[in-house]
Amino acid sequence: LLLEGINLKNVPGTGIASRQHKQESFEQAPMYVAVMTYLGFGIVTLFGYFRDFLRAVGLEKCNLAQERVEQKDFVPLYQDFENFYNRNLYMRVRDNWNRPVCSLPGPVFDLMERVSDDYNWTFRLTGRTLHNAINMGSYNYLGFAENNADFLKTVADKTQQYGVGVCSTRQEMGTLSIHEELEQLVASFLRVESSMTFGMGFATNSMNIPAIVGKGGLILSDELNHTSLILGARLSGATIRVFKHNNMHSLEKMLREAVCSGQPRTHRPWKKILIMVEGIYSMEGSVVRLSEIIALKKKYKAYLYLDEAHSIGAVGPSGRGVAELFNVNPADVDVMMGTFTKSFGAAGGYIAGKKELVDYLRSHSHSAVYASAMSPPVTEQILRAMKCIMGKDGSTEGIRRIRQLAENTRYFRARLKEMGFIIYGNDDSPVVPILLYMPGKVVAFAREMLERKIGVVVVGFPATPITEARARFCLSASHTRAMLNQVLRHMNEVGDNLCLKFSRLKYSSCPNLCDETDFELI
Amino acid sequence: MNFKSFREYLSWLYYQYLLITGIYVLEPWEKSIFSSILFSAIGMVIYTSYVFVPIHVRLALEFFSGIFGGQSESTMALIN
Repeated sequence: LLLEGINLKNVPGTGIASRQHKQESFEQAPMYVAVMTYLGFGIVTLFGYFRDFLRAVGLEKCNLAQERVEQKDFVPLYQDFENFYNRNLYMRVRDNWNRPVCSLPGPVFDLMERVSDDYNWTFRLTGRTLHNAINMGSYNYLGFAENNADFLKTVADKTQQYGVGVCSTRQEMGTLSIHEELEQLVASFLRVESSMTFGMGFATNSMNIPAIVGKGGLILSDELNHTSLILGARLSGATIRVFKHNNMHSLEKMLREAVCSGQPRTHRPWKKILIMVEGIYSMEGSVVRLSEIIALKKKYKAYLYLDEAHSIGAVGPSGRGVAELFNVNPADVDVMMGTFTKSFGAAGGYIAGKKELVDYLRSHSHSAVYASAMSPPVTEQILRAMKCIMGKDGSTEGIRRIRQLAENTRYFRARLKEMGFIIYGNDDSPVVPILLYMPGKVVAFAREMLERKIGVVVVGFPATPITEARARFCLSASHTRAMLNQVLRHMNEVGDNLCLKFSRLKYSSCPNLCDETDFELI
Repeated sequence: MNFKSFREYLSWLYYQYLLITGIYVLEPWEKSIFSSILFSAIGMVIYTSYVFVPIHVRLALEFFSGIFGGQSESTMALIN
């Protein structure tokens, strides 16, 4: 067993917390993989310079935006690295992204076939459709993206009652009774005092953080936070410091330093210290260490902002997110934020917490004052999904889906590790990133999987570090065991063809069965 | 992996070469340019080593045997 290549994050904790953290690994690939990755990027960069030269000289037509001839003495617009990367690497392979989907994004979906005649500068649709491709990329954790007429009956009724557009902001005339109902339900679901919902998940973060923190405050944000959190933090005007991903020593050091030294030049105490973390980080699949962060925040008197976009509905014995997973009192988390896009099959976000906080946000948040309210059919979809999860509609469908998702997650991760792929993240998270590293392999993987009728999402630079390109699988409760087996079989073949099995550890083939006793019925 | 024929194995090896060097993403004429430069460089290295390595190895052996041979002559002189 080669242990020097892994970074096992084993934390000595008490009881449940230690059991949750026993399996979070970020294995490093062998050295030759890093060498080959840099080699691949280097060669493509050289060819990028060569093609730019040909375009500048005039031997080749430039298909992208160019400056006008009269502006040639101005500061150049398109010569920075991002544009270079876009022209010379992304354009060559962009047939793997933005694929048009022409059906419901459920466990299987239909894709429209498109081809390019000029190496991906332009596309044309052939008119054929690829039917029943297995969907491993949609955030459909509990399978609520469905078009079954029985389940959607209430949504149709509410659309008839309220219409589709709200035609106002929340503050003016956009607060409907269905919004009130949803907010009360969300508050009781999360076991907090009250909540407020917004029409867009990204805007929930970026428009509400400026209302919570301002200049003179300190934001301690995790290294791998989502763009919406970073944007909100920058808009707020507070000082931002970044601590290493899930690293409690780094966070504690920063907290001590902040409390001791205060603001940069005046050394006055900070008005507010806000720790921003996410429940599940979608690019790594790692889960936050909530109990330790709460202990730290109580010790140093800071506030905690928890973004549960991917974890609400997807983890926890009854789907209530990481607060339930770690058995933490929800009142300890000051601001609980989440989105309805992932597990509830709708759109929008919420912020929940104490009544004073939510009442303050109703009048001071940009999103509440200026953005349109949530649409009634979407609100009803969230209501029916949440009632299903809580068991309020009288059936056990919700708890069945949560259990199915947990089982799918464990099975899929165990089988992939057994095959020899490098997987990041916690064993409980339904987001499974598989490391591919080399740019050529990333593209070949996406194309081969599409040929085998499986739709995957591959991510490279700049969403991930340049040497760690990956394919990200999102499991769903509506994936059957047969579908997962088919995907695993194809992954095995593609992994052999492309030599993607870099893992140097040996895992046992029978998964741990003792975790099932953790589930409790409500 | 089972390869039905040697040609299939060769085509898999070519595929690996494309993926590892990263030229899988390039257009065919760029692939040809890169491959020709790479193989001509490798060819030149092989030719140079074929022409010069035996001569250099022989000279090195003569140099080192000269040292040891000289050493044994001087010890013989001392004994005598």
